[in-house]
Amino acid sequence: MAATLPPPRLLPSGDSAITVEFSRNIDDAANRRVLALDRAMAAEPVTGVTETVPTYRSLLVHYDPEQVDFDKLGAQILALAQRPVPATTRTRRWRIPVVYGGEHGIDLEDVAKTLNTTPDEIVARHVAGDYRVAMIGFTPGWSYLSGLTDSLHMPRRQNPRLLTPAGTVSIGGVQTGVQCLAGPSGWHLLGQTAVRTYQLHRDPIFLLEPGDNVTFVSVDAKTFAEQDRAAEAGEFIAEQIAS
Amino acid sequence: MSKLVIASIGPASSVQDGGRPGSQRYGLVPSGAMDRLALAAANTLVGNEPFTAAIEVGPFGAKFTARGAVRVALAGAPRSADIAGRAVASDTSATLADGETLTLGFARGGSFSYLAIEGGIEGEPMFGSLAVNARAGLGSPYPRPLQSGDELQAKAASGAPERRIELPAASDAPIRVVWGPQDDEFADETKKLFLDSEWKVSATSDRMGYRLEGPVLRHLHGHNIVSDGTVNGSLQVPGNGQPIVLMRDRGTSGGYPKIAAVISADFGRFAQIPAGRAFRFQAVSMAEAQAEARRFAALLRTLPERLRGIESVDLNIDALHDANVAGHAVSAVDAGTWHAVSLADVAGPD
Repeated sequence: MAATLPPPRLLPSGDSAITVEFSRNIDDAANRRVLALDRAMAAEPVTGVTETVPTYRSLLVHYDPEQVDFDKLGAQILALAQRPVPATTRTRRWRIPVVYGGEHGIDLEDVAKTLNTTPDEIVARHVAGDYRVAMIGFTPGWSYLSGLTDSLHMPRRQNPRLLTPAGTVSIGGVQTGVQCLAGPSGWHLLGQTAVRTYQLHRDPIFLLEPGDNVTFVSVDAKTFAEQDRAAEAGEFIAEQIAS
Repeated sequence: MSKLVIASIGPASSVQDGGRPGSQRYGLVPSGAMDRLALAAANTLVGNEPFTAAIEVGPFGAKFTARGAVRVALAGAPRSADIAGRAVASDTSATLADGETLTLGFARGGSFSYLAIEGGIEGEPMFGSLAVNARAGLGSPYPRPLQSGDELQAKAASGAPERRIELPAASDAPIRVVWGPQDDEFADETKKLFLDSEWKVSATSDRMGYRLEGPVLRHLHGHNIVSDGTVNGSLQVPGNGQPIVLMRDRGTSGGYPKIAAVISADFGRFAQIPAGRAFRFQAVSMAEAQAEARRFAALLRTLPERLRGIESVDLNIDALHDANVAGHAVSAVDAGTWHAVSLADVAGPD
């Protein structure tokens, strides 16, 4: 089948980056094209490109305007974006342990009330999900996952919290996410993981890659505390499992 | 070895260099000097590579005491400077003898100065950089802004003759931008309002973002977009319609429409605009922006050709210094209103 893929929009982001936009919305097919273009540009480096940053719906391509200009680079990107999206690509799958509720997930009860169900059912729905790292952004290691079941979609909080704990696992809109560092968030906090998606002096420093698959497993608070100590010492905690 | 002891220093002062590009796909912003031309000029004066780590000094004053002789150079925001009572001009090198103190005044008509140290600053690079990014726990020798009592290890001064560097005259021209990536989220009248208005940098600005004060820019379709990537100089417009220009410590992604971006050649000049001073934006074509980027890169490359001996102009240093300051005089009180702004104020994950 050789259906022509609609071309992405090439949007200027200053004079040294192009936003290659596949969709304006959160759209799984668009995200797959973003990741496919990202891989294509990694496999066949384009002169002048310094760095690529995948997001849900677009690929930000940083480049050096001394080496290539907007029009020339844009044409090369459009050609690469026309390639078919590979059906299967190298995927890694991570199982990430989460302690749900209580002090570790202070919004679990409220989320259950809002969705007219029990906290256990919310946890069951969340661990049943098969997720993909759609993008990593905002702060180091903040991993945005696609694949959240419709039954957990809910609007973000009216008033974002100024500080949420390191390792927070949360839901917001149609997404779920794992944050590494403490920071502000308007999402609903379901739990906490000992997994550090970003940790200095560990190899690798960044655990997850855009495109990786992720599942969650529920653990108790005692296990979390043990895992947290081990993670602090540099262990991954997240298990890499066969796809 | 010699060292430079931080005897006193204000907020917004940290070790910075060319930054650490390459990990934005993991949410790690490159950071690095706010004004790369000033960093490169200071380093060139003491014989360093242009983007060697140096001290980025914020709007407040600072004092540095040498243990062993230390050769330094100062560039960037004009401010008074003396070593044990001997005046030091901007854009020159100077040597502190053992025990001498370099005293810097408040920035006048700018925000950041760069104090380069001959031989650079000793530290452990992370991702190839010593630049401080406190949120990510990065930076060396201290992964945080500098504080009184901190010590920077440095090479003993070489005794090389002091230099000055001739830089292009400071410009008050409008800050140039290119539209996009989301200028289609704004009506033509709103884009015109953006260009026709005077703007000021708010005191609640920092290395992550400069908030602008001016007219409210209304969105056509609301202020929530699906997050996409950001660049240095992205002009994002949150719900209140007051733009925030994303600076070197920005989040790597953001969910507010970005009406335009400051061109790379003007980024350092924009970063130096002190809180409260009025300025304007001007939209330019991509071709013009990229031609300016190439000119700016050429300027950075040819800085060594702009070095001059200092003896030949000793009568003119004060005049040159005054020329740099002319038209930029701003009271120290303006600089003193510089605050840290919380991460949450600038953007949240979406």
